[in-house]
Amino acid sequence: MPWTGRLGWKLLVLPAVAWIAVFFLFPVGSIMLRSVTEFSPPETGGLDNYRWFFDTPANVTVLSRTLWVSGYVTLLCLLLGYPYAYFMTLTRGWVRLLLLSAVIIPLTTSPLVRTYAWLGLLSDNGPVVGVLDRIGLGRPELLGNSVGVTVGMMHIAFPMMVLPLYAALLRVDRRLLRAAESLGAPPRTAFFRVYLPLSAPGILAGAVLVSVLSLGFYLTPALLGSPQQTLMAPLIVTQVRQVLAWGHGGAMAFVLFVLTLALLGIGALGSRGILRRGSAARVEDE
Amino acid sequence: MTTTSWRRLWLVVLVGLIAVWLLLPATVVLPMSLNATSRLSIWPEERSFDLYREFFADPEWTNALIRSFRTAAIVSVLATVLGTAAALGIVRGFRRGAGIVNAVILAPIIVPVVVAAVASYLVYLRWGLVGTPLALIVAHTCLAIPYVVVTVLASLRGVNPRLESAARSLGSSPAGAVWHVTLPLIRGGVIVGAFLAFMQSFDEVVVSVFLASRRGRTLPVQMYSSLIEDIDATVAVASSVILVLSIVLVLLVGVSRLANARGQSGTP
Repeated sequence: MPWTGRLGWKLLVLPAVAWIAVFFLFPVGSIMLRSVTEFSPPETGGLDNYRWFFDTPANVTVLSRTLWVSGYVTLLCLLLGYPYAYFMTLTRGWVRLLLLSAVIIPLTTSPLVRTYAWLGLLSDNGPVVGVLDRIGLGRPELLGNSVGVTVGMMHIAFPMMVLPLYAALLRVDRRLLRAAESLGAPPRTAFFRVYLPLSAPGILAGAVLVSVLSLGFYLTPALLGSPQQTLMAPLIVTQVRQVLAWGHGGAMAFVLFVLTLALLGIGALGSRGILRRGSAARVEDE
Repeated sequence: MTTTSWRRLWLVVLVGLIAVWLLLPATVVLPMSLNATSRLSIWPEERSFDLYREFFADPEWTNALIRSFRTAAIVSVLATVLGTAAALGIVRGFRRGAGIVNAVILAPIIVPVVVAAVASYLVYLRWGLVGTPLALIVAHTCLAIPYVVVTVLASLRGVNPRLESAARSLGSSPAGAVWHVTLPLIRGGVIVGAFLAFMQSFDEVVVSVFLASRRGRTLPVQMYSSLIEDIDATVAVASSVILVLSIVLVLLVGVSRLANARGQSGTP
């Protein structure tokens, strides 16, 4: 009876795997293959699409801007997310519920709707400019530049930082802090030497999630940013839709994909390192 | 005040400001939709339901809304069936982690969505799918399966496999044991997975922009186009409709989870 063994269970995986393989992986593979099979006039073959990408200064600028944006969005989310998640672990009851809902509600609201709301909030006659004007900071332009894009991106990425951080901080035993202080460590030292290292897995998980997400942003820069400040994702769309250069698009898609895998790889290696150091520390203790 | 309480106060203010920033977009969408003037404003001076009348009188918007609903419902069913089966297979069929299977199933959330959009456009075009309702269903299902698998896996981990063996030893068939014992136990996870799959499809913009024809637009595609072309004030109504719908769905799922938890509180 084939249905009783492990094979029977394994077959249950097949429909979903086949669906994704045919309708998702095959297309993604095809577009990347285009980068070495299809060429726009001046190029002839081989890796010319990649040469085109890395030899065009404008493209390299966009690539480095994308990495830079992904980096500072991750850092800003961490700087704001850490105190937020930390404070959540100190509260309980309805305060904690409220703070958790503030993170979950944006997550369940369509990114397009939120981006539209930012268009209204950050517009020239919107409330944010109004408040800034009243407290004497003038009437700065917030849309069509990196300010609007950063605010919009951070709003989408923030829950991805806070949720893993919060899960990690909940697991940290706060009695260890008191133990460190009772042994003479000032609160600051106790935090940096005891609490922060114990929360490293959460920081890493959040940072990987946010940086991977930020690499692929399309809607936010397209709607809140300016065409002069474009990022990788909108650039791919331009090459494919307007220039119809599938080879170029494929090469850029491949570059973006490799960057994503590299970030995930760093995350996996980092978490293994943290685990190893954790177990070494435990051995030392014994 | 001591330094500790000053530090605490500083933290409270920061966290409060972040919470306001997080909730701000969701709170301004409804007032924006009551705008009676043509200027984009989050707290319009003249308020009316004119935009709602415009929205529901325009077949372009109402058809897009219906199309979104239909697509999301079909995607939700497909992804839930495929994803739940896959999660069962992963937990029961593979002794140690199912490396390749996991990689394939998680691929749709790892690959940047723009790459997915451009890629499916290229291949579906060759297959004659672009512009058909089927293209959206097929592509959205890929994007939704990982969410179902992850949530169902999480709830499967809490189910004791011996319960199934017990049912088998009492004469139930393997399929019967899954159907009558395991599935009821993971019902909560399956419901959350189905909800996530629905929202994944209902909110999806980037892939849909590439795959939908002018007459086959879903609500987010219609919104996106009108934002890019001519900031049409009706977008505020579309946003409110999506927002209210998400809230209603979240509440429904929450209520069903609560009912579920209460119903199961007797079992160990």
